[in-house]
Amino acid sequence: MSEQLELTENALRRKVPATVNGKQQVPFSGVGKFQPHGRKAAPPISSNKDYPDTGDKRFPDLETALRKCGLRDGMVISNHHHLRDGDKVAMMALEAASRLGVKDLLWFPSASFPSQKSAIDLMEEGVIHHIEGSMNGPLGDYCTQGKMRGMGVLRSHGGRYQAIQDGEVHIDVAVIAAPTADFFGNADGSHGKSACGSLGFALADSIYADRVIVVTDNLVPFPCVPWQIQGNYVDCVVEVASIGDPAKIVSGTTQITRSPDRLRIAEFVAQFLRESGIMKNGFSFQAGAGGIALAFVQYLKGLMKEDGVKARFVRGGSTKFLVEMLQEGLTDYILDGQTFDLDGVKSMANDSRHVATSPFTSYNYHGKGNFASLVDAVVLGATEVDVNFNANVVTHSDGRLLHGIGGWQNCLFSGCSILALPSFRDRIPVIVDEVTTLTGPGEMIDVIVTERGIAINPRRTDLLHAVMGSKLPIRPIQDIKSEVEKICGGKPARPKLGDRPCAIVKWVDGTVLDTVWQVG
Amino acid sequence: MTSVETKPPRSGEAGHWGAEVRSDLHVAFESRDSGGIEISLESRVAPYYGSAILDQTREVLAELGVEHARAVIHDEGALPFAIGARIETAVRRAGAGAGLGKRWLPEQHPSPPPSPKERLRRSRLYLPGSEPKYFTNAALHGPDAVILDLEDSVHRDEKDAARIMVRNALRTVNFGTTERMVRINQLPLGLEDLAEVVGQNPDLILIPKVEQPEQVAEVDRMISEIRAREGITRPIWIMPILESALGIENAAQIATASENVAALTIGLEDYTADLGVAKTPEGHESQYARSRVVNAAHAAGVQAIDSVYGDVADMDGLRRWGEASRAIGFEGMGCIHPGQIRVIHEAFQPTAAEIAKAQRIVAAFEEAQSKGLGVVSLGSKMIDPPVVNRALKLVDRAKAMGAIS
Repeated sequence: MSEQLELTENALRRKVPATVNGKQQVPFSGVGKFQPHGRKAAPPISSNKDYPDTGDKRFPDLETALRKCGLRDGMVISNHHHLRDGDKVAMMALEAASRLGVKDLLWFPSASFPSQKSAIDLMEEGVIHHIEGSMNGPLGDYCTQGKMRGMGVLRSHGGRYQAIQDGEVHIDVAVIAAPTADFFGNADGSHGKSACGSLGFALADSIYADRVIVVTDNLVPFPCVPWQIQGNYVDCVVEVASIGDPAKIVSGTTQITRSPDRLRIAEFVAQFLRESGIMKNGFSFQAGAGGIALAFVQYLKGLMKEDGVKARFVRGGSTKFLVEMLQEGLTDYILDGQTFDLDGVKSMANDSRHVATSPFTSYNYHGKGNFASLVDAVVLGATEVDVNFNANVVTHSDGRLLHGIGGWQNCLFSGCSILALPSFRDRIPVIVDEVTTLTGPGEMIDVIVTERGIAINPRRTDLLHAVMGSKLPIRPIQDIKSEVEKICGGKPARPKLGDRPCAIVKWVDGTVLDTVWQVG
Repeated sequence: MTSVETKPPRSGEAGHWGAEVRSDLHVAFESRDSGGIEISLESRVAPYYGSAILDQTREVLAELGVEHARAVIHDEGALPFAIGARIETAVRRAGAGAGLGKRWLPEQHPSPPPSPKERLRRSRLYLPGSEPKYFTNAALHGPDAVILDLEDSVHRDEKDAARIMVRNALRTVNFGTTERMVRINQLPLGLEDLAEVVGQNPDLILIPKVEQPEQVAEVDRMISEIRAREGITRPIWIMPILESALGIENAAQIATASENVAALTIGLEDYTADLGVAKTPEGHESQYARSRVVNAAHAAGVQAIDSVYGDVADMDGLRRWGEASRAIGFEGMGCIHPGQIRVIHEAFQPTAAEIAKAQRIVAAFEEAQSKGLGVVSLGSKMIDPPVVNRALKLVDRAKAMGAIS
């Protein structure tokens, strides 16, 4: 990549490339400022005459199916992360493409995982040109070392749906891993030996890709119900022995943190929801599957029982802790985007109040509203946050790309966005002057909860008033920051970043929020 | 380098490193006869604090009087007080530096107000003296005291290292208003601990395995000497730990061995081992010993403090233990995990009914005082002076616990 890149400054004074991988970009212009135009993308019109009347779309293997779908050099191939680190299908598809001799693919996963690090070899061999999608672990490192031929594009779950729907990314072939499917291509994630819960991440691909392949290790006679993915979008069905490693698809045991500091943070968050009046009958919340989030749910449950409060719905990532809330009558529904443990998978399969959702219903910003803004409070993490409440979730403070955005950006539209963070990790302060990589604008982030106190965004005078007089340790963010810097022996040095962009961070509307620079 | 080395290099190591280690570091130090200071550093936090660590290393070595040496450092995100302690330990182990008087001290954090003898001591949280990662946030969890432990939680080969670590922590870690206790080793090793830590204003010294009043007197004497030498005016209290049948038998003399004894406590692991009986969750086997400690403490006018409850997962058992402990006259107990603190505080808090009754008695007492009456009466009942005293004490404690304002 030797082209000279033109950089522009966006509304938050971040330098971003004007073009990425040959495509003109729109710099971030402020939350809710960008107005899209035009019509949505669409795949070509297909005809039933080209598909068997028997409904049987099976092909013997992925190579044949990819050939049938016309995979060739330079195309976009997509995969999904509902099998998480246990997924085998993405590498199966990419290796099949490699055997077909195809080069320069744009790989477009909804997220990548450490188990897919052999994608690095395929980039070295020229099979993959570059990756657009969250890059975790080794792939993230490869990208920030500047070794990828194209630029990485990081999108939220909702942003990925938006990009597909708006035609920013045109998927030539989508390969969808299905824990259960029939020969027609109807597919479901909540049953089968590789059950994972929802297949929502693959929804956009099934609708908008030119060609769709479903890969399953649990082929059932038609009809496969529920059909989370509709066979009417599907070209080919391939049966394989195993689509993933069940041990890594869902963790059998989601563990609450045992760290006293993290428990303290979790308890503060729960108390904050009570004291601020957010925790009231009919409310809703979302928390992830991290140790603090799980502990938060347990504390909140206790407070809800004490106060006799019931939620209307809770948003997953579901775990057994949310399932228990449903079973104990503390919530009417779980609206679930992905399922983190076996209890969650079983619940979704058996309880009609545990509903699978998709990035379309939950997160897509170019829709007619989405569920994210209907949630009263969301509890999230971050790698860094700055004194203006801007936050970073994709890079570590040294600039290395190590995490995806996930639904994080989309969740910021909730009524109260809370970041629950230890105030320092090892010796590294979490509150900084300016975040290394801007992933969420400070105006969207309301509360920072650390073990040393709670900082409320000064813009949220309503929240400040609501908790006034409570026993919660409400402190200015600068105050917590200075205390931590004193403990850590001064401010950390700023990381030395290169001047070459290796990835960009998109905002939920497809505009460019920030640049990830090459390190080292 | 032109000079020729005449002596073999002397070396020493200290600390820990590895993927599992957090907030610590390992220093391999090698004393040389020439060539100045050479430092090799690998650090998890190198991009942020790499140069700060190098600067600090040079500063510490200079302070210790080291001029020529090589230091190989593997850092896992240690805080400056821990970095200084590890380097100093490695240097001392190498027999290098300008001698015993030399030490590097981290920045002094303002000391909290001196600790009153009768302060609230419901919970005291044990922190292993060789594990700096537990120090920084310990006080956030709200124990009445922390114990920086140099004794049983520290391996015998690490006593020197822990002593320096605890000294630095006392000086620089912000423990808020939490009382800062240090458990020294059994004498005579404990005297070396005192020499290192007393200068940094601990609030209280725990002496383990006390069997004779002379042991308390010896510690008291050494503390007094150091306080006089260093011009320390703050009190440093003593809490003897009785952990054997003999210690229990001598409880009364031990409690009165020094006016600086503020509390008497019991160590049940060693005590039951001494008796050759199993330690049970009900504690029947130590009933006599615990009652004797309570009685001796009260006879001497000092606090009686209970042992620890070892099962950190069993909160119901802890609560039962704590409530029973309060019922026989203990005022607090030890804790080995921050999760135990809240339960212990609840267990040692007087009930609402007890507080209300005490408040009525106090009100009656105050009314009698204002009327100049010698006799306090509540309704039709006359209240005896000891009952009034107990009520006054209970109301004071309830206030200190935040149970009433």
